[in-house]
Amino acid sequence: MLWNLPFITVVVLTFIGIVTVLMKKNIIKILLGINILESAVNLFLVSLGYREGGVAPIFTLAPSELMVLPTPQALTLTSIVIGVATSALVLSFAMVLKKKYGTVDINEIRRLQG
Amino acid sequence: MTFVDFIVTNAPALLVAIPLFAAFTIPAVGKISAAARNLWVMGTMLLTAAVAFILAFRVFSTGTVIYVFGAAAANLAVPLDSGGIPIRIIFTVDAMSAFMDVICAIVGTSVLLYSLSSESRNTNLEGYYALYLLMITGVFGMVSTGDFFNFFVFLEILSLASAGIIAYRIDGGLAVEAALKYFILSTLGAILVLFAIGIYYGQYDALNIAMIAQRMQFSMLDKIALVFLVAALAMKCGAVPMHFWTPDAYSMAPSSATAFLVVASQASLYGLFRVVFTMYNMTMNCATVGWIIIILGVLSMVIGVTMAIPQKDIKRLMAYHAVSQTGYMLLGVGVGLAVLGNTTLTSAYGFMAMEGGIFHIFNHAMYKGLLFLTAGAIFYRIGTRDLNKMGGLGHTMKYTMIFFIIGALAIAGIPPFNGFASKLMIYESVYLFNPIFAIIAMVVSILTLASFVKVFHSVFMGPQLPEYADVKEAPLPMLIGMGILAAIVILFGLFPQPVVDMLVAPAANALANQGGYIASVLGGA
Repeated sequence: MLWNLPFITVVVLTFIGIVTVLMKKNIIKILLGINILESAVNLFLVSLGYREGGVAPIFTLAPSELMVLPTPQALTLTSIVIGVATSALVLSFAMVLKKKYGTVDINEIRRLQG
Repeated sequence: MTFVDFIVTNAPALLVAIPLFAAFTIPAVGKISAAARNLWVMGTMLLTAAVAFILAFRVFSTGTVIYVFGAAAANLAVPLDSGGIPIRIIFTVDAMSAFMDVICAIVGTSVLLYSLSSESRNTNLEGYYALYLLMITGVFGMVSTGDFFNFFVFLEILSLASAGIIAYRIDGGLAVEAALKYFILSTLGAILVLFAIGIYYGQYDALNIAMIAQRMQFSMLDKIALVFLVAALAMKCGAVPMHFWTPDAYSMAPSSATAFLVVASQASLYGLFRVVFTMYNMTMNCATVGWIIIILGVLSMVIGVTMAIPQKDIKRLMAYHAVSQTGYMLLGVGVGLAVLGNTTLTSAYGFMAMEGGIFHIFNHAMYKGLLFLTAGAIFYRIGTRDLNKMGGLGHTMKYTMIFFIIGALAIAGIPPFNGFASKLMIYESVYLFNPIFAIIAMVVSILTLASFVKVFHSVFMGPQLPEYADVKEAPLPMLIGMGILAAIVILFGLFPQPVVDMLVAPAANALANQGGYIASVLGGA
């Protein structure tokens, strides 16, 4: 049971993220929801590569023991970088919309219709 | 090793490296002068297109090309000491990938030529061209890669660049609103794709598409991953239940970028086909997934065209037609998938339906690109997209009118234009599968024609309006850009059979033949 704790956390975080994205009306809060979802995926990837009692996968002078998998960590790093770019872009959109529409509430940002 | 050898050997890597490098050097080149910047962008695009054509020629003449980054030899997918596991990042360019590369090269070049003059009145063009080249990078990367995590990275590059370019002309906030909608959906889709990648990695210890395909068990987790991928990629290509971003994004993006967004959506369509055909293929229940894709396709066709008819904004109208045409591709390929396991039915009509759907991807990129470019030319000259404010432009914008007629007849499936060639293949094969779908497809074509007759009439016909008396024809580079696409629309409409034999049949074959894809990467059979 304890072994599955990271994966249970992933499910809980995913749920919180989805609810936030669907229920909140403020663009910044929606972005936070997306960030929570991203954290859930990152945790998922890192947990996949974890081996109990493993050491960091650095071969130089490594004790010849079990290592954790390096690939998921590389994936997570890439995913974090992409997440930063995503957040920056959405935040800049929010800034422009606040300037032009005077609001960041998605119920009021509805000028494109049809 | 000569220079030509170098290009030929490293073509898959250069396809991504050249536009990526040029995109980040544009701001520096732009400091010199505007002409130097235009030359730099155009030179990059032509070079990339040339590399794409060289690569496509090699793939169509000698078979799948693989390129392994950092390996001793470019085709050494499985290192000798790795125990049979492909550990490096790999590009696998089979006939289907090469087919998409050709589309991206042709549309990318014509659209760039067009935007050299359509964007020339605006400021901050360095950023615009940088984003445009990043979109090119994203599309080439998505269609060429053989590594599933790499696919996700290029998907995100494409989403970020597209969102940036949609919002580029802020337009009182409207463009940013459209971009926000597109980008939030894209990001959620990308998160689903990454979840699916995690699921595959956890089960099969592999990110390589061929390796995953070989080890595919179709367990419960794989079903979940399939649902994630189909949902995310169908959303990105604008199929109906998730099409809401399409009209907003297509109508608010700069006109030149819109034509390329069509290709960007099709890269996601390619991803969808790659997942269902190459990764799952016969391990899943093809009939069920095929039917889901068919239903998505039919809904897209019908809802897209019915939403298009009442539109007043010319680009919004065309965007709904893009949704509707995507439905044809899903329908054709979906029928091919539904009968994949049955050899008799596949040879009777399934393979032809796939060819029709794949051929339609090409044709759609050409005529829809052309139509968006003509809409852009009209907007460039009169400054409005509202159909009610237009009229009588046929008197002054004669060439634009001719290009519009070519595009409109092609999208409606009238011979001798290319839309007819692919739609006929879809009608004939789908009729054998289920006559109702073929009839729906024909009715949708008729409605498309009706809608474009309306647009043609309100934009070009009628007396010359006094406020547009001094409107001139679009500038020459824009006409050349449209002309390239129009020439291809006519050429492929007049001679469809050689194109089907040379490009489309190998592409359809590459999709259907999962064993060939795996063998080309992992060796053996």
